[in-house]
Amino acid sequence: MNPAIEAPTIEYGTLAPLLVIFGAACIGVLVEAFAPRYLRKSIQVPLTLLSLAGAFALVLVQVLRGQVSTTASAMGAIAVDGPSLFIWGVILILSFVCVLLINDEGHFVASAASVPGSADEEEAERHDNGTGHTEVYPLVLFAVGGMLLFPAAHDLLMMFVALEVMSLPLYLLCGLARRRRLLSQEASMKYFLLGAFSSAFFLYGTAMVYGFAGTVSLPGINQAMAAGNTLDPLLLIGFALLGVGLLFKIGAAPFQAWKPDVYQGAPTPITALMASGTLVAAVGAVLRVFWVGLGNLDWEWRPVIWGVAALTMIVGSILAITQTEIKRMLAYSSIAHTGFLLVGVMATYGSAQQNAESLKAILFYLAIYGIATVGAFAVLTLVRDPGGEAGHLSRWAGLGKRAPVLSGVFAFFLLAFAGIPLTSGFMGKYAIFSAALNSGTQPGDSIGGWMAGLVVVGVVASAVAAFFYVRVIVLMFFSEPAADGPAIAAPSMGTVAVIAVSLLVTVGVGLYPESVLGVANDAASSLFIR
Amino acid sequence: MSPWLPILMAVPVVGAIVVALLPKGSDKLAKQVTLLVSLLTLVLTGVMAAGFKPNGDRFQFVAEYNWIPSFGVKFGVGVDGVALVLIALSVVLVPIVVLASWHDADGVKTADGTLITPKRSVKTYFSLLLVLETMMIGVFAATDIFLFYVFFEAMLIPMYFMIGSYGGAQRSYAAVKFLLYSLFGGMLMLVAVIGLYFVAGKQTFMFPELVGAIQDPVTQKWLFAGFFIAFAIKAPLWPVHTWLPDAAAQAPAGAAVLLVGVLDKVGTFGMLRFCLELFPDAAKAFTMPIVVLSVISIIYGAIVAIGQTDMKRLIAYTSISHFGFIVLGVFAMSGVAQSGAALYMVNHGFATGALFLAAGFLIARRGSPFIADYGGVQKVAPLLAGFFLVAGLAGLSLPGLSSFVSEFMVMIGTYSSAAHGSGALTVAAIISAVAVILAAVYILWMIQRTMNGPTAEPVKAFKDLNAREVWVLAPLVALIIGFGFYPKPLLDVINPSVQQTLTNVDVPTSTIAEKGTGQ
Repeated sequence: MNPAIEAPTIEYGTLAPLLVIFGAACIGVLVEAFAPRYLRKSIQVPLTLLSLAGAFALVLVQVLRGQVSTTASAMGAIAVDGPSLFIWGVILILSFVCVLLINDEGHFVASAASVPGSADEEEAERHDNGTGHTEVYPLVLFAVGGMLLFPAAHDLLMMFVALEVMSLPLYLLCGLARRRRLLSQEASMKYFLLGAFSSAFFLYGTAMVYGFAGTVSLPGINQAMAAGNTLDPLLLIGFALLGVGLLFKIGAAPFQAWKPDVYQGAPTPITALMASGTLVAAVGAVLRVFWVGLGNLDWEWRPVIWGVAALTMIVGSILAITQTEIKRMLAYSSIAHTGFLLVGVMATYGSAQQNAESLKAILFYLAIYGIATVGAFAVLTLVRDPGGEAGHLSRWAGLGKRAPVLSGVFAFFLLAFAGIPLTSGFMGKYAIFSAALNSGTQPGDSIGGWMAGLVVVGVVASAVAAFFYVRVIVLMFFSEPAADGPAIAAPSMGTVAVIAVSLLVTVGVGLYPESVLGVANDAASSLFIR
Repeated sequence: MSPWLPILMAVPVVGAIVVALLPKGSDKLAKQVTLLVSLLTLVLTGVMAAGFKPNGDRFQFVAEYNWIPSFGVKFGVGVDGVALVLIALSVVLVPIVVLASWHDADGVKTADGTLITPKRSVKTYFSLLLVLETMMIGVFAATDIFLFYVFFEAMLIPMYFMIGSYGGAQRSYAAVKFLLYSLFGGMLMLVAVIGLYFVAGKQTFMFPELVGAIQDPVTQKWLFAGFFIAFAIKAPLWPVHTWLPDAAAQAPAGAAVLLVGVLDKVGTFGMLRFCLELFPDAAKAFTMPIVVLSVISIIYGAIVAIGQTDMKRLIAYTSISHFGFIVLGVFAMSGVAQSGAALYMVNHGFATGALFLAAGFLIARRGSPFIADYGGVQKVAPLLAGFFLVAGLAGLSLPGLSSFVSEFMVMIGTYSSAAHGSGALTVAAIISAVAVILAAVYILWMIQRTMNGPTAEPVKAFKDLNAREVWVLAPLVALIIGFGFYPKPLLDVINPSVQQTLTNVDVPTSTIAEKGTGQ
């Protein structure tokens, strides 16, 4: 007699934000299939924005009712704990503002399948009035759904699925730029090939770790390590491969090479989404794998991450100096910031309370860095040449005289990236560095001095990074304007809202960080579900 | 809780917002509002200072509000004697600088009408100036080290824009150099600030509670280094001084006064307040290297100043020499020397401020900073030449002018300091005395080449100082002469605070200056 197969328990209430996003994405696909062309945009935009807002409301409801679950949901596959909910909230806000940017005209190609420069392309452009493909919206929703699932995945297989759901739409979106299409397609191709490669690494690593632990669940792996031999080659190789896959996604050196190309080629609103949402999601996943899955292995991985973090900060800030393209420069700046985040990832050890402190710092940094990044990219979309956005730095000369408010806002975002006091960036940097130094001063931490060393590398890298941020400010404000300078596009309501919100958050958190820190603290205090 | 300091800090920043929001084309109104706000701040400071009790608590007008509980940071302000006189220096200089910069952003024209610098936004300049004033008050008033650090770094930004947007031909190079040097030092200090917080383990950044909290001598040395490098760049001390001549020479005269007169004092103030009291053992251990660096600064700055052809660069190098004296005084570990150093900070602000402004007026008339382009100014503009002479003489510390008192106190205090029994400090004092002669050379030679001799052709068209310019220089010269003959009010305020510092550093206090000297 066969035992009855029990139906899996699914906590629909807890998982509601995810379900809303994926559901809306599916509806979006149906809209593409059945709605007439002229109606699609007016259906897709409200659908996308409403589903993001709805999912955010559902996250809020869970937090406000104090019902943060303490066990993993969906048969141990997804962990909707405090940090997950915080990261979800951040990603949903970031993608909401990115969708407002995407909504602007002129970013996306009219017909992605037409050969650049061909008669087909001209024909398609004549018919679409600048809206481009409306498939963008469901694709973004799928990507956002993947981003939500990625840091919340509680076993490695679910994490891999999330990784793919997040990445595949992004590969496509990168290739949809309306201007400089070859560059965009090249970016898409590179991102796809390298991304697929790194996914394979991740999957191979999962298989190895399964060979060691007999399970893919993160807490299961941790328990197996507590019981078994932590020097098992299967485990070490597995975790190295997992690390490669994850570090690729966050763009840490030496796996950072895709970032500048992809950031430059992708349509700017998509770049904004990748630089903010994807980074937040991927750092969340890194934290979960290293802190929950490999918690008992930190003797082995901390020195490795030390090197990666230091290298990432140095590579990011030094290579940024030589850039002449503003999106490439911001890409390298993003690499440098990834390094700072890795400094936070290393700040473990000690008591649970202290781990919560480090986690709080990382969550705080993710939130404010994401917001400032979206704001900076939103400004980029407004500075235009006849052939598209004015990407080359020399085109920005003297912009401060032609558009003082816009340049002032951009300068403020740059100062925030540089970590100048009274901006949110300083508070973030302070939080990360203090978490790292604190973990180094704990008795019994054998790499305490190394932590201080890493922080010194970090501050030196910040000083180097300040140079290239300041260089853009010099160009904008202290140089004479070019004779045929770029035009400043009249911003749409959406873009104004994005820039205004980002600016308010960057100023507000710089003056009074407690507002966001308090939320991050509540989210971090429960730590990850183990 | 006293509301004085928060109010003092709020007034200029509110003024800055008002100025920035004025409608287009109200440049004149912007200037008037700025002047009014800065004078109001001056009056308020005066009223507050009148209530300061020199022999009362160390920190007065204390106010504490929770700011970032998660980091253990408070918005804590309060002043001791040294901080009070430096705040007074700042708020006195600001209205003077406003008046002196009246036409700076309008586009500078030479006597023959050629435009040297184009017209720039007047509102931005004056609102930056007011923002800077808030930060200058804040940085001296902060008793929470995190708050101090925030102002220490944030005040770079308005100054950066003032140099970069309103300065001379090389302004963008100078501004970037200034910012990067300072940021680099600041970042190292940030590490030390965080380290201090955790090693002390008191969950607070409040300075009074952190005094004596770090006992381990090795930790003290590391943290001391983090703070000291930042302050040495700011002050600036040889060999990290090279940003100052560029920044001061390219900045508009008004901004240069605030840069050298006040911003750089944050460095020496920080050494006196934070380096000594938080890390006394490290300070003693590092005394000799620092004394050597400051003596090099004194002599090097003076010699290089002699060779300068650009007036503003020359004044900047003289300041490097003077900062050497201040640092020497701070680390001589004797009451007389430290009181002298604190007094020097104020006097140098007035004397160098007057010299920069007088040189600025001269340069505005000719459009050239080079000494060789002038000659015989005295005959056509006797008032300008007269003020220039007095300011110059204050720069070379002529007896009867304020800087003499402080320089004398530093030297005599260093000479007789017993801190390093071997007499090393005595030698340092003797070597640095050479700078007195060098000072006479650089100042008098500059005055001789610009003011005396045959009148150069373009100089003949010079107009003498107008009423505005007299109002700029007269108060400064009055202060220089006044405090030259009667420094007692300043010393009465400074001495108890220095005494407290020395007690915390654990140096016998019998060497404290009893009364004002140098009459």
